[in-house]
Amino acid sequence: MITVKKLVKRFGLKTVLRGVDFEVQPGEFVALLGPNGAGKTTFLRILASLSRPSLGEVKVAGYRLPNEAAAVRARLGVVSHLPLLYGDLTAEENLRFYARMYNIANPEARITDVLEMVGLENRRRDLVRTFSRGMQQRLAIGRAVLHDPDVMLFDEPYTGLDQDASSMLDEVLKTVAAKGRTVVMTSHDLARAEDLATRFDILSRGVISATATHEDLGKSNLLTFYKEALAG
Amino acid sequence: MTEDIKRATKINETGSGKRTGNFFKAVSAVVWKDLQAEFRSRELFSAMLVFSLLIILIFNFALELDIKTRQSVTAGVLWATFAFAGTLGLNRSMAIEKDRGCLDGLLLAPVDRSAIYFGKVISNLAFMLIVEIIVLPVYSILYNINLFHPGLLLVILLGSIGYVGVGTLLAAMSVQTRTRDILLPILLFPVVIPVLLAAVKASNGFLTGVEFSEILLPINLLIAYDIIFIAVAFMVFDSVVEE
Amino acid sequence: MQDKPVALKVLDIVSIILLGVSTYLALVFAPTELVMGDVQRVFYFHIGTAWTALLGFILAAVFSIIFLIFSRDLKWDRYQVAAIEVSLVFFFITIVLGSIWARPAWNTWWTWDPRLTTAAITELIYIAYFMLRQGIDDPDRRARFGAVYALVGGISAPITFFAIRLFRTIHPVVIGGSNAEAEGGFAMTADMRVAFFFALFTFTVIFIDLYWNRIRLGDLQEKVEQLKLKVTL
Repeated sequence: MITVKKLVKRFGLKTVLRGVDFEVQPGEFVALLGPNGAGKTTFLRILASLSRPSLGEVKVAGYRLPNEAAAVRARLGVVSHLPLLYGDLTAEENLRFYARMYNIANPEARITDVLEMVGLENRRRDLVRTFSRGMQQRLAIGRAVLHDPDVMLFDEPYTGLDQDASSMLDEVLKTVAAKGRTVVMTSHDLARAEDLATRFDILSRGVISATATHEDLGKSNLLTFYKEALAG
Repeated sequence: MTEDIKRATKINETGSGKRTGNFFKAVSAVVWKDLQAEFRSRELFSAMLVFSLLIILIFNFALELDIKTRQSVTAGVLWATFAFAGTLGLNRSMAIEKDRGCLDGLLLAPVDRSAIYFGKVISNLAFMLIVEIIVLPVYSILYNINLFHPGLLLVILLGSIGYVGVGTLLAAMSVQTRTRDILLPILLFPVVIPVLLAAVKASNGFLTGVEFSEILLPINLLIAYDIIFIAVAFMVFDSVVEE
Repeated sequence: MQDKPVALKVLDIVSIILLGVSTYLALVFAPTELVMGDVQRVFYFHIGTAWTALLGFILAAVFSIIFLIFSRDLKWDRYQVAAIEVSLVFFFITIVLGSIWARPAWNTWWTWDPRLTTAAITELIYIAYFMLRQGIDDPDRRARFGAVYALVGGISAPITFFAIRLFRTIHPVVIGGSNAEAEGGFAMTADMRVAFFFALFTFTVIFIDLYWNRIRLGDLQEKVEQLKLKVTL
């Protein structure tokens, strides 16, 4: 579903990604972990077609980036730590806007479905700026899922959420992933990542330095694996 | 809450045949979204309007004119007002997108980038025209000058189009720099001088009842400027929003 | 660091010599103009610097197009910055000389004629260009935005020039008409023409010399940045 070969990303003279190789099969849920400044957000932005690779090959959902970016976008859902929502519009107005931008058939039915899925059906006519951070994040996921994408990218979705909101987000993420979607998520929250993901990749100093599945972890836990990967 | 999605809704794919339709849909979506949000908060609009009235007030005290001279500076004062107040609208309109990361949301949509540009131009133009339509009668009343000349309205339309066409492009840039708001007027005013020149000339022409053949020249310049710069902005907008 | 190429060193010297000769021609060789007197001599350099500035302006616009459409190599950006810097300086000199000329000749420090005014507006566009660049950290974005703005400015300035010219506003114009520049102001004798064309030639050479030097400076700056990075890694 996602194929990345020798991806290099430079900002002027600074190289952030130094030859990343990354492959995700359909249906996998990959947690991309790593210290701050490792380039996780940069990497995700490239996958999201928001940033161009300096060198290397990137393919998402069978289409090459950046050349076939438009085709990729139709199959991609992105949730970043910013909500990407308009505060002065209601929840349903926000979704309606994105439904139009993605040219969705039967938008009203779809909007209702999505609102139910994220548990905001009863707040559909409320302005987004009255929403708590947790609610905004859930609506953001609704927005991302509106056009039924095959691939979903989450950049630190748990940032700024309290315990309750995080639990709710867990549920939503599980629902979203359950549809057989391919998910890549960056997170600092190792416990949650361990719970949700099928695979864990460590991005460190601009390359993927380690990867493991649940089985690989075996008796040890993610935290140990993570620390070892960074130390080595 | 952990309900699965009940109906498997069929999602439209953007095939090449549908691309033009999708383009206009996206443009109108952006316009509608901006108008809707602004209608709710009225932040932009009220700021622009109040600012305009204040500028007119300042001009009144700054240029202590007798009635006769006042007539001759009407066109200039009006356009100076629009030029200054316009930057407020342009800045704010782009800042909204930048602040909550909404620009990314727009860029993620499977539409041509220029749809964003056109959508923004149209909504910015709408705000500017609404403010101008209100300022005109107020100015008329304050200075006892009849400003309801259809020719004048045409000039205001053409001039605003040029202003907003270039302004939206430059605002998209300035909002991504460290200096943000303050930068836009500095970038915009030197390059929008032809619009001001021609608009004042033509406005003056209509207000003082000059022969139409003389007014035709500045109007043609306005039209040429509008076309040239919207075409240029359309072509380079990609480079301004992509990374 | 490489040494300055020999050709450039030679060009430096040639430029200085040419400037000296041109100064002689303008101040001594050319005859005194009938109406305006000696102050008219400013005109030779005024046109020379205006021409140089115009060269830079055109180059900058060309580089914008090359960068945005054909090649995203940052060298085009360096070429553009150099062109605008040189043009900025020379437009400034043009404006100052124009002012010096105007005062005794027409009793005003500033004539709102199309050329001078457009030069001033172009200066403001240049300054805005650098202010825009200063607010951006990412070199690629800086280059893109610079190119876009230079293009917008490059199209707008000529339009401004024609607009001012066409609309002959009712500004208090200097005695001698709003065509307060060379061609309209006075007729040139053969000797004057020599000084005039030599000045044009001189300033073209000076432009090439300064531009080449400036590009070299930009390239060296780039190398320094690269070396700095290697050291910190």
